[in-house]
Amino acid sequence: MRCNFADSLLHGYFDGELSAPSAAAFERHLQHCIPCATELVDLDLLRDRLQLAQLYEPASASLRRKISAPLRPIAPAPVASQPHLWHWLAAAAALLFVAIVLWRVSPGLRTDEYRAELAGEIVDAHMRSLQSGPTAGIASNDEHLVKGWFDAKLNFAIPVRDFANGGFALKGGRLEVMEGRSVAVLVYERNRHPVNVFIWRTREPDTSPRTGSRQGFQWADWRKDKIEFCAVSDADPADLDQLHQLINSSV
Amino acid sequence: MTELGLEDRARFEQLVLPHVDAAFNLARWLLRGRADAEDVAQEALLRACRFFGGFHGGDPRAWLLQIVRNTCYSWLEKNRPMELSMEFDEELHLQPSATPETLAIAGDDRKRLILALETLPPRFREVLVLRELEGCSYKEIAAITSIPIGTVMSSLSRARRQLYSALANPCHKEVAREV
Repeated sequence: MRCNFADSLLHGYFDGELSAPSAAAFERHLQHCIPCATELVDLDLLRDRLQLAQLYEPASASLRRKISAPLRPIAPAPVASQPHLWHWLAAAAALLFVAIVLWRVSPGLRTDEYRAELAGEIVDAHMRSLQSGPTAGIASNDEHLVKGWFDAKLNFAIPVRDFANGGFALKGGRLEVMEGRSVAVLVYERNRHPVNVFIWRTREPDTSPRTGSRQGFQWADWRKDKIEFCAVSDADPADLDQLHQLINSSV
Repeated sequence: MTELGLEDRARFEQLVLPHVDAAFNLARWLLRGRADAEDVAQEALLRACRFFGGFHGGDPRAWLLQIVRNTCYSWLEKNRPMELSMEFDEELHLQPSATPETLAIAGDDRKRLILALETLPPRFREVLVLRELEGCSYKEIAAITSIPIGTVMSSLSRARRQLYSALANPCHKEVAREV
């Protein structure tokens, strides 16, 4: 048996779309209407079933390429309308370039101070990404899709894993280009805080994480298997260490 | 794509491209197949790009999905007009991809859900996909499907009931018919 409320309010209530007075009225009704209470449970079961079946089908990498290819010649455009940002970026890139040259020429120069300085540049890039909102890149929690997106653009493979179970949900990725060198950025979310993981190729041996903070942001930098990672976030420093462990165990 | 100015292109990349998955997913469910959905989603994105100049603020996902939906419907009209007439008689002897037999055979729940969803008329399938897979609010569903917001709830109610009956009675003729 269905009652009249089942058609008028039940679905709105289930979807959280009723106004407060209507929701209260429906709840009063629910206390003595068994068919509605049962249907509510059925709806919940149906929703769980739909979620569990993972019916969402994301776009393929090839479709993504087809769509963005015509736009690519001017791909770094999100900052094009803000000349001062370009200047900033150029300055940062020049700094990074000098840093990288020094780094390559003399590994001995790779002091902790130096590493902190580099991390500082990365923190700034992190802040820039927060200010400009969603940047061009790929927004997806599908690790294969995100990996495919990077593989098409980088000349080295980066590990892409969704650690949603570990509390770090993959949100997507983007590329930053610094002095002709591609830096991959994986975007995670930790308790609603965005975490950017900057990833680039290195020749240096593995290290355990070195951490620091700058302008209220925490960073952790480490190397594993010829890849350097630098994670930045305003989340708890312990979180970054946890992410470091998750990433390292997946490499 | 060349018609967009530099600034608009940047905005397009920033606002619209993150919703390519949503665009493809909706097309896949409306057209009931990945291959057609690839083509139509691409066409819809091109159209979105062409008319991006007319987009002033608002929700870019809803704006894009509206274009995807309209592109899907005009594709269906041209290529599979029979499917759209399902909306009116709400009966299913029109070559659906799922017959009661295939529904009964499909053991796996995911397959069963897919087949059941695909037996629903597009009008009901789309509100379910937008609500349950895409997580759209009633307001967004109304904007995307151009149905009055007051009708979204009753559409969802009917769509869910049809889905129940398609899932529960795969062996009866009532599949996807109004209860």
